[in-house]
Amino acid sequence: MAGAACALYAARAGLEVRVVDRGAVAGGTTGAGEGNLLVSDKEPGPELRLALLSARLWAGLAQELGAAVEYEPKGGLVVASAPGALAALRDLAARQRSAGVTAVPVAADRLPDLEPYLAPGMAGGVHYPQDAQVMPALAAAHLLRASGARLHPGHTVTGVLRGADGMVYGVRTDRGDIHAPAVVNAAGVRGGELAALAGIRLPVLPRRGFVLVTEPLPRRVRHKVYAADYVADVASDSAGLRASPVVEGTAAGPVLIGATRERVGFDRSLSLRAVRALAAGAVGLFPFLRQVRALRTYAGFRPYLPDHLPAIGPDPRVPGLFHACGHEGAGIGLAPATGLLIARALTGKAPELDLTPFRPERFDTQGGNDGESP
Amino acid sequence: MTERPRLAVVGAGPAGLAAALTAAARGVRVLLVDAADQAGGQFYRQPAAGLGARRPHAPHHRWRTWERLRTGLERHRAAGRITHLTDHHVWCVAGESGSGGFTVYALRGPGQEEGVTVRADAVLLATGGYERVLPFPGWTLPGVVTAGGAQAMLKGQLVLPGRTAVVAGTGPLLLPVATGLAAAGAQVAALVESAGPAALSRRLPALAAQPGTLAEGAGYAARLLRHGVRVLPRHTVLAAHGTERLEAVTVAALDRTGRPRPGTARRVRCDTLAVGHGLLPHTDLAETLGCALSGTAVRVDAEQRTDVPGVWAAGEATGVGGATLALAEGRIAGQSAAARLYGTAPDPRRWAAADRTRARARAFAAALDSVYAPPAGWAERLPDETVVCRCEEVTAGRVCEAVGTLGAGDARTVKLLTRAGMGWCQGRMCGPAVAGLTGCPLDPGRRPFARPVPLGVLAGLPDTE
Ligand SMILES: Cc1cc2nc3c(=O)[nH]c(=O)nc-3n(C[C@H](O)[C@H](O)[C@H](O)COP(=O)(O)OP(=O)(O)OC[C@H]3O[C@@H](n4cnc5c(N)ncnc54)[C@H](O)[C@@H]3O)c2cc1C
Ligand SMILES: Cc1cc2nc3c(=O)[nH]c(=O)nc-3n(C[C@H](O)[C@H](O)[C@H](O)COP(=O)(O)OP(=O)(O)OC[C@H]3O[C@@H](n4cnc5c(N)ncnc54)[C@H](O)[C@@H]3O)c2cc1C
Repeated sequence: MAGAACALYAARAGLEVRVVDRGAVAGGTTGAGEGNLLVSDKEPGPELRLALLSARLWAGLAQELGAAVEYEPKGGLVVASAPGALAALRDLAARQRSAGVTAVPVAADRLPDLEPYLAPGMAGGVHYPQDAQVMPALAAAHLLRASGARLHPGHTVTGVLRGADGMVYGVRTDRGDIHAPAVVNAAGVRGGELAALAGIRLPVLPRRGFVLVTEPLPRRVRHKVYAADYVADVASDSAGLRASPVVEGTAAGPVLIGATRERVGFDRSLSLRAVRALAAGAVGLFPFLRQVRALRTYAGFRPYLPDHLPAIGPDPRVPGLFHACGHEGAGIGLAPATGLLIARALTGKAPELDLTPFRPERFDTQGGNDGESP
Repeated sequence: MTERPRLAVVGAGPAGLAAALTAAARGVRVLLVDAADQAGGQFYRQPAAGLGARRPHAPHHRWRTWERLRTGLERHRAAGRITHLTDHHVWCVAGESGSGGFTVYALRGPGQEEGVTVRADAVLLATGGYERVLPFPGWTLPGVVTAGGAQAMLKGQLVLPGRTAVVAGTGPLLLPVATGLAAAGAQVAALVESAGPAALSRRLPALAAQPGTLAEGAGYAARLLRHGVRVLPRHTVLAAHGTERLEAVTVAALDRTGRPRPGTARRVRCDTLAVGHGLLPHTDLAETLGCALSGTAVRVDAEQRTDVPGVWAAGEATGVGGATLALAEGRIAGQSAAARLYGTAPDPRRWAAADRTRARARAFAAALDSVYAPPAGWAERLPDETVVCRCEEVTAGRVCEAVGTLGAGDARTVKLLTRAGMGWCQGRMCGPAVAGLTGCPLDPGRRPFARPVPLGVLAGLPDTE
């Protein structure tokens, strides 16, 4: 997704773009996640600024690409089951509002108006009309097509080509060299490996997530609904299983329940513990789901950096190398802003927002503050 | 209490039954878990008890083998050595971290709504196969059934799917299906097989090594003749026609390269089309356990062990080859599992006869495999508007668009971009067609849930791995 967005905005900035991927389109994490475009789950700060810019860009892209990417500006509803959680949620909403987010408190007795099948007895909630969704694989494929970039699927990058002056002049692949004066690392959860090919360190690590997909249903879940604990899970540093789910209906009919967060390396094997936790959370929010069948489950690996912020922008250690990776559980949502910022950097224009928090070299200067080693 | 080792056998077809009886005879406590309400699997499928059929074995041959298996099962059940869990649909088998044991997760009850878990020290997967059906215009009309579906209706419910039938596709199963229908009183207008008759005779050396099956084949041919069934080798069904339901099919001859010969198309009236293009192994449970596959089948060694310790596999799940092969593999797997559960290395001499049968049957299956093939170029001839994935109503045209303009080069990407294979059957039906249209080999795919599972059952699982 990140690569597709970079390709689109770079092409629109007048550059000739080539997209190199060892697999097919959406073959990485993008094809194994969900497409929530959320502002609601973010604390005020650099990531929220990126998300707000992205939300605007997504709305514009949706106008162009129409239904092809299954964009739905359906809004999010965060609910709290107990008064304590509700107070924390309202407090977060107030801070988000001052950062530019639309966050509307919903009293307990108004919740059924928004979600008639929600479990009774909730303490209250907050409605976020800016939350939206896309179908990630379609979004990546259509952004790539719209970019007009030349695709090199099935090409694995095995080296970053650098001249005597240290400047990047292309990449080496298993099927030949591809020359370019600038290289963007949008290798997702493999972004650290790609950086290593250029001789630098970028500690991108996998955070596994499972998603449950139900049988197709008539629409009963109208928004993206999740419990207030979700925000704590997203920001958590814990390696253990976190599983407060987001429940949402899709255009195609199935309800998606996702996703768990767990740091277990690249282990794709089924975790019944994870799907149990997802199912229990979803049934807690929507009791009617108890009888509904899960058809499948799948796992993906979020690319995360120790401070939970992506790496976006030029790498001063390797002139000509740019990074657009490490978006963790928000890479679909944050993709357009990332692409736009990269295009600005490639063409020497001023960025829309301050790139300092996303500096790719920031982990070198913080001296061993990585959380864990790759 | 001194506990005997417990072996869970999933599937009570020929392979699972043979394995269960063999292991039980060697002192293992067997849990035989099967989705059907009676033992027998595909091959020895029994009429539902409630039908009160007077001669339930009428549509069967090899009746004696079945009677031995059935009385054996009864004896072991009565002695408490085998517990037969009927009507249990297994959705997952998981290894327990630490103990080395396994948990079998099943759904029970008429709506498959009740969760049941069973523990065992080892598992043996004998889940059989399912039918491959390739799409063609009109294949979604009511009246078009799978060859196995027609057979199951005959065997299980003693009903005829229709009055005038055409049996079409490719593979050795078309013969018994056509004779079965004819014997039950249907008029079989034609048996349309895309393989040619000459291809069969060129493989005669391999076939001759399998006298039983050859005789069986000859027996079918004689019976077809007796019922006046027209056999059309090197022919294919190009399309099925009808408004509300099936009324006729268009049949055409194929040339030596497998393409329809111009000017040979003709219409055949019928109200039933039984169509099949061979079988594919069920690999879901094995794949989720982490067992390596080879091609589309579970990979096993000479003892029928998978590469995951404690997991055996036998029968159609390890490669399609008929009931004789399934029985032989089941016996070997049962011997091996029993010995290893008691901590001893099995003695292959105990299964020397089964081993010979297995080798012969596998050679025969390989020979058949190279003979029976869908007509060349079937995927290119598929019109854009033909539905390929029935669950999600995805047409051939949309699949080709994903491949052509969106850059999908494999079945997984096609699925992501078109939803083909995301529906109720999880791509079991459309997988071969999507692979054909994408131009890549069939990938068995991952289905962590072998059956759809109610979220309430998932939520009620114990909070451990
Ligand atoms: C379960 C789950 C749920 C999620 N839900 C959401 C959500 O609701 N909303 C949201 O915004 N985000 C969500 N995410 C996160 C989101 O999916 C990711 O942040 C995003 O897909 C990352 O995109 P990417 O382009 O950086 O990485 P990828 O999609 O992984 O793309 C990287 C590409 O680089 C290629 N590559 C890697 N190494 C090489 C090499 N050496 N040579 C050539 N090519 C190479 C790979 O093949 C791959 O195609 C979720 C993630 C998961 C796992
Ligand atoms: C239409 C048709 C006609 C055939 N005709 C012939 C013939 O004439 N001659 C011949 O030699 N062979 C024939 N065969 C093939 C023969 O049926 C198989 O070779 C044989 O049945 C394979 O035995 P098996 O034990 O491997 O699998 P099966 O007999 O298929 O048994 C598998 C069992 O596993 C159970 N099962 C599968 N998955 C699950 C699950 N998740 N949970 C619980 N239970 C599960 C099923 O209910 C089934 O009872 C025919 C097959 C078909 C479909």
